[in-house]
Amino acid sequence: MTDVSYRWGRAGFGLAVPQLQVAAGETVLLLGRSGSGKSTLLSLICGTVMPDQGRIDVGGADLCTLSAARRDRHRAEYIGLIFQQFNLLPYASVTDNILLPLRFAPKRRGRVSGPLHEAARLCAALGIDEALLAARAGSLSVGQQQRVAAARALIGFPQLIIADEPTSALDAASQETFLSLLFDQARTHNSAVMMVSHDARLAPMFDRVLQMDDIAQTLPPPPQKMRSATKPEHNA
Amino acid sequence: MIIRLALGSLRARAVTVVMTVLAIALSVMLFLGVEKVRTGAKTSFAETISGTDLIVGARSGSVQLLLYSVFRIGNATNNMTWQSYQDILARPEVDWIVPISLGDSHRQFRVMGTTDAFFQRYKYRSGRGLELAKGTLMGDLFDTVLGADVADALGYDIGDPIVVSHGLASFSDHDDLPFRVSGILQKTGTPVDRTVIVGLRAIEAIHVDWQSGARMSSATTPEAVIRQMELEPKAITAALIGINSRLQVFGLQRAINEYPQEPLLAILPGVALQELWQIVGIAETALLAVSAMVIVTALIGMMATLFSSLSERRREMAIFRAMGARPRVIVGLLVLEASLMSAVGAALGVVMLYGGLVVAQPMIDAAFGLWLAIAPPTFREGIVVLCVVIAGAIVSAVPAIRAYRASVADGMMVKI
Repeated sequence: MTDVSYRWGRAGFGLAVPQLQVAAGETVLLLGRSGSGKSTLLSLICGTVMPDQGRIDVGGADLCTLSAARRDRHRAEYIGLIFQQFNLLPYASVTDNILLPLRFAPKRRGRVSGPLHEAARLCAALGIDEALLAARAGSLSVGQQQRVAAARALIGFPQLIIADEPTSALDAASQETFLSLLFDQARTHNSAVMMVSHDARLAPMFDRVLQMDDIAQTLPPPPQKMRSATKPEHNA
Repeated sequence: MIIRLALGSLRARAVTVVMTVLAIALSVMLFLGVEKVRTGAKTSFAETISGTDLIVGARSGSVQLLLYSVFRIGNATNNMTWQSYQDILARPEVDWIVPISLGDSHRQFRVMGTTDAFFQRYKYRSGRGLELAKGTLMGDLFDTVLGADVADALGYDIGDPIVVSHGLASFSDHDDLPFRVSGILQKTGTPVDRTVIVGLRAIEAIHVDWQSGARMSSATTPEAVIRQMELEPKAITAALIGINSRLQVFGLQRAINEYPQEPLLAILPGVALQELWQIVGIAETALLAVSAMVIVTALIGMMATLFSSLSERRREMAIFRAMGARPRVIVGLLVLEASLMSAVGAALGVVMLYGGLVVAQPMIDAAFGLWLAIAPPTFREGIVVLCVVIAGAIVSAVPAIRAYRASVADGMMVKI
């Protein structure tokens, strides 16, 4: 990510990221208080938000040069995502949830020889009881759901796994178990993990810890000469 | 897999989905039901009289002749003479002829004088004949057979006496010569239901002492004497004609219309019925409009359901987006879902309609004399059902586009 800047609307606050790089297989913790632009940064990396200028390379392609459809496809192919919570389609089975990204990523699907078998293997590795595979995702506990979300992010082993405070709904002991299980799987397949959090206690587990304030700078709104129409504000 | 997920999502919202599907099913059923009633009424109307090849009466308009001879609406401008009737009867093309004499009434119902042949020759609804619900046909000169509505409305039973009034709305009754109810017909859904049928000779009999529409005060011929009289009518109002060969119908019609002794008019009942339907048919359009509105209402209801489900489904959309689904997939999901709902609703509506028809058909026939045919959906009805499904898909595009916008703005991060 080079010389990236982004502004919410035409007159909102901006975010500038001069340089950010994550190597293959690396685990990075990005720390920042709320409102520091963490979520926006993730949206930029995932390609759901386009920067005003700069270059974002993910998996060897500059996102800014891709069409919206190609960016969606690119995200499916190269990035596994884990949210804070509510990761899963509650009405679908655990297996269907895990296999969902493969539906939109043919290359990633190609890397998985037996999808059902691979889903079961990941579940076993992440400590999800095999009996739960056919269960509705909504019936699982929050901790189990986060592990299913991790399995979903890991399947087909994308280059980059992005986790947006995935452990905030878990207690301290579960947090560490969750992360070590996630890292084990990611390292085996050389996937990089980039996790965003405001909680510095997890820092020792990561290869590298970045402070949001060090890598990015929030920009004040530009001085206004004319009243300009503003786009709906992003609540980042 | 996407379809399986869409189905799962629908199942998770089973209650609202079922309600929406039911609303669509009901409206489709209502629309097709109205359509059935409409076509049923039209065929019932078109088959008010069948098996009769020509109706002949004094020269007037074809619709007018049809109205007074079959529907007992309005009056004949003129009668045709008994001589003309005899001449037509004598023609080789004529298989049978049934004279009709109108002009008197009983309470609000018309009295029709005719011969026993009427009960064999009058057919309705593709060849169904008149049948007695109870009693017998006229055996005596002063016997009468009542249509179902007459007996029902006035509470008559076999053996009850009936006094016929002279003219249609007059105070002079033929009270010196009362009739006796000998039979009551089954309901037919035709104007026969509202007719008091007496013998042609009886019409003559009650008018023996009458001249120019008024009773002659001087003489009162005793009933015994009347019974001895010839009672051959001098004129009749109209006649139903059946012919030997269909091919001769136009030839006979022309011959009657050019009958030199008297200005007569012969009409093809089917053609005249169609002319009349064009006048009555406005009601048909109104029915269509109502049922179309019913469908529009159901579709708007479905749109509302989809809209209200959007907010609770933003998270679901965000997950799809995060997994790399393009916004187009999300629009597709919603449209697919709506199409499924409207397709299932439409199918259910068709099933409900036919189920309802099977149950209600005999009841409707008995109560209204309206025969609703249980036939497979017509092409037109098929098109309507298809249009409902397509309209469902189109209507769902509105909430789908909104979901598209929301999912573009939300990206993958939904703030709860």
